[in-house]
Amino acid sequence: MFIDYLKVFLTGGFICFIGQIIVIKTKFTPTRILVSFLVLGMILEYLGIYEAVIEFGKAGAQVPITGFGATLARGVIAEVDKEGLIGILTGGLKASAAGVSAAIFFSYIIALIFDSKSKKD
Amino acid sequence: MNRRLGMQTVYFKNPPVIIGRNHLVGKKEGQGNFKGYFTNVLKNDKFGEKTFEKAERKIMETLIFGAIENAKLKPNQIDMLLSGDLLNQIITSSFTARDFETTFVGLYGACSTMAETLAVASCLIDGGFMDKVACATTSHFATAERQYRNPLELGNQRPPTSQWTVTGGGCCVLSSKGIGHKITMATFGKVKDYGITDANNMGAAMAPAAMNTLIAHFEDTGTNPEDYDAIFTGDLGKLGSNILRSMMEEAGYSLGINYSDCGQMMFAENQKPYQGASGCACSASVLNAYILSQLDKAVFKKVLFVATGALLSTVSTQQGDSIPGIAHAVVIEGCTQCL
Repeated sequence: MFIDYLKVFLTGGFICFIGQIIVIKTKFTPTRILVSFLVLGMILEYLGIYEAVIEFGKAGAQVPITGFGATLARGVIAEVDKEGLIGILTGGLKASAAGVSAAIFFSYIIALIFDSKSKKD
Repeated sequence: MNRRLGMQTVYFKNPPVIIGRNHLVGKKEGQGNFKGYFTNVLKNDKFGEKTFEKAERKIMETLIFGAIENAKLKPNQIDMLLSGDLLNQIITSSFTARDFETTFVGLYGACSTMAETLAVASCLIDGGFMDKVACATTSHFATAERQYRNPLELGNQRPPTSQWTVTGGGCCVLSSKGIGHKITMATFGKVKDYGITDANNMGAAMAPAAMNTLIAHFEDTGTNPEDYDAIFTGDLGKLGSNILRSMMEEAGYSLGINYSDCGQMMFAENQKPYQGASGCACSASVLNAYILSQLDKAVFKKVLFVATGALLSTVSTQQGDSIPGIAHAVVIEGCTQCL
């Protein structure tokens, strides 16, 4: 049990660690970093590496944006196998439908309840 | 008749007098290094308004009314309001001007606005066109951050080269007559662009403009950095003011301990300002709360106040354009009858 938490923490932490280095050492904007991580997740999933990472780190690998990229790639691959080339367009969103809908729904609820605040630091 | 010195500097035959002043800063600024000098501090950044933009307008309105009151005048005795801010189409300034009966001229000089309005107002007063002019500027961390960089809700980290936009502002009321500190000279800046494209590194973008204005001022007036009790740049920050120091050194003017940067001084290290403070309100609040009060006490007698601005827009940043900088300077001499 504790070992699971540790693995999740280390995996998620390592991904964020790479992001932090990019923030400090380069002039990449947050948007660019986000998109790069998404694409990286897709590539790793295609190469079959990310599946192993998820098996090891579980939520630690699924929650960061790389996990979203991996889900998109996995969906496309499965859908192409089943439906042919149209799967390139439909597979990604089908596989990530729950995540995307949840993001929109909760953003809306949060926007209704809360006021925008300034940053602290 | 000619009141020009060299290419960029003007001097005033009847130096305009600062008869009223006011400042207002946010909570974070109030806890910084100027804690004892900032007497008007907001409790929260929204100032009881619905949006940060409206709060910024309320800050400007409060500032101008306060400065006019400080000058012992009524709002209808002001001939002209000169103001500027950072928001698109300078909405803070023009929307606030709705509440005043005076004529209004909006100026955009980004964070150089305080010196810019003082310089222009001084010309108008010494030229005999206006008698009493209010010069005001504001900025707000939340409005600037979401306009120039990212939505506040994104909650992303600020990079280490970034500066913190000061919430607050400053306002001076200038008059042709009266007792107070005088603006004796002004040096208008040229736009300089050394190709910095990072909107999070404005200190480096503005340093060349500050250098240009400083050198022009020293050459035009035949003065040296040592001739001033204090030289303040606006918001170059740590990185920018170090660049300025070394560039000035190379040009043969060494800036001694009398040189400091308002942006670098504003926040304490534990407030995580990274490179320091920025924004129109940075130099404006330091001028009105600290510099002028040091002139009151005759700690300084002659000050060179150089406000620096980064003339970028959201569109130019998104298109990857470089950031042009500007700096305007005014010489403020302490009141001799006041002590």
